[in-house]
Amino acid sequence: MALSTSSNFAKPDDAFRAIVEAHRGLTDAQSADLDAALVLVLANHIGDLDVLREAIALAKRRMPDASQQQQQQQQ
Amino acid sequence: MASASSAQAKTQFGYRRHPDQDRSGANVAEYPVVVVGAGPVGLSLAIDLAQRGQRVVLLDDADRIGEGSRAICFSKRSLEFWDRLGVGDRMVEKGVVWSVGKIFHGASQLYQFNLLPEEGHKRPAFINLQQFYAEAYLVDRVEQLPEIDLRWRNKVIALESRNDGVALTIATPEGSYQVHASFVVACDGARSSLRQMVGAEFAGQVFEDQFLIADVKMTAAFPTERWFWFDPPFHAGRSALLHKQPDDIWRIDLQLNPDADPIAEKQPENVRPRIERMLGHDKFEFEWISLYKFQCRRMARFVHGRVIFAGDSAHQVSPFGARGANSGLEDAENLAWKLDRVLRRLSPEGLLETYHIERSAAADENIRESTRSTDFMAPVTKQEARLRQAVLSLAEDTEFGKRMVNGGRLSVPSVYDTPLSSGDRDNWRGGPRPGASMPDAPVTEQGGGSSYLTEVFIKQGTRFTLLEFGNGKGCDLPEGVGTIRVGGDNGLIDAQGLAGKRYDAEPGTAYLLRPDGYVAARFRNAARPALDAALARASGLN
Repeated sequence: MALSTSSNFAKPDDAFRAIVEAHRGLTDAQSADLDAALVLVLANHIGDLDVLREAIALAKRRMPDASQQQQQQQQ
Repeated sequence: MASASSAQAKTQFGYRRHPDQDRSGANVAEYPVVVVGAGPVGLSLAIDLAQRGQRVVLLDDADRIGEGSRAICFSKRSLEFWDRLGVGDRMVEKGVVWSVGKIFHGASQLYQFNLLPEEGHKRPAFINLQQFYAEAYLVDRVEQLPEIDLRWRNKVIALESRNDGVALTIATPEGSYQVHASFVVACDGARSSLRQMVGAEFAGQVFEDQFLIADVKMTAAFPTERWFWFDPPFHAGRSALLHKQPDDIWRIDLQLNPDADPIAEKQPENVRPRIERMLGHDKFEFEWISLYKFQCRRMARFVHGRVIFAGDSAHQVSPFGARGANSGLEDAENLAWKLDRVLRRLSPEGLLETYHIERSAAADENIRESTRSTDFMAPVTKQEARLRQAVLSLAEDTEFGKRMVNGGRLSVPSVYDTPLSSGDRDNWRGGPRPGASMPDAPVTEQGGGSSYLTEVFIKQGTRFTLLEFGNGKGCDLPEGVGTIRVGGDNGLIDAQGLAGKRYDAEPGTAYLLRPDGYVAARFRNAARPALDAALARASGLN
């Protein structure tokens, strides 16, 4: 099974809204805690390591990797 | 710190001059194998080789067994190995048998696990036993075997590799002497001097967190289980471990801050208040206190010409998971039969390369598992700590969360992906695949005596053995191959059906077992040509 990047929700705005509202009223630290728990819950629901790795790669696609980042800091 | 309980086992030995020390030049003594280091790995290896008929010189630079309990958890696999060496019963009689572990977060229990949930195994999942007892029992066994020449206060100070062996220079209280060995096995521990002599690197990951080990003596009503705490009330923000040993000794392991002062932390007056908080009372005495940091690393190659590395000299892991001594013992059982075959010229020297292949892969697995445990216990970044906290919190309410909590994944035998295995050609729904170790199961002998498959394997001589689930006449066996028959007219009786179940057996099913009890090949109907081919492959002959 490959990671699905087509739109899966009938109402994408509702899904986005649900996540945003979950963070309403939380401090940054609380939000980070919530995200950590949410990621773990959703990862387990997916239950497929290959899909999880693809999802991580997609989420990190614009981030320079850690070694590049270190080089930039040294320059 | 004096170890009162070690008085029950002999731990002090004397240096004795050996006639080899008077030989020199072209006259120096030659041996098939010299094992360096009389710890659990070196002693076990020497015994296995001796039982296979090899003469072994075993050298140790000290004249006593090390103090302190050090390794305390010995696995089912190690006990099965020690059964073959004739010391299993003694270890289990003295040891504390356990199989249940509990994980706590704060004051409440998150979950518990049973490492051996099924019946019908000769040996338990683990025993706890101080390393000095294990070593003392192994030394007693060594002294029964005339093939082994154990020399205390003999320190290897130089090593010269030659085409056909190794020349060793050995220092003693009476000066140095030389011996030649066809093979040298370095079981001389994490700070191996032989590793430096062959010029091998030993790089890996260093962990900054410090851990305090305290062995305390007390009579306590805690059950014989492994208890692990994250963030306990008595040691906020860190982890703790409690484990029972023989003689009313309890192992306590406390995680300290990376910046804790090692000298101060080790002082009994500083350790005592921590333990009092943990136990809720002060009725205990210290047996041993040690502070450690650890590294996870291994040698790139375990075989350097005729010098072979086994145990901590070849690989080091964090202590969480009982993967140190147990993996060293697995090295020894993996190496002994191969070295014996090569020395007898039954197999080419290339068979020893499979020792490196199999055991370095096992070391990688052990390092991976123990590194993951360590990272979980001591998160490095803020976000790692946050994810760990999320897992611990989810574990209170969900099954998946419980299974993500990592308080140490305990040692199980590796499954080897190895050139010695013949791949499956038939259909299997279960049972050990080639490269896996033989599962135990209870069987009844024709005379009515109860036994286990692991015991019958030993009676067959711990050699290549065909385990057949019988119907009719059985397979025509190649020379030198032992046989275990389950079922059929004269076979062992599988009264509970567990042997059949654990090996996914049908009438005619056969497993070819290696001399270390690993599966080399399996067949639904073993025919002689396929069996010959699998045997040749498992012997390193093609």
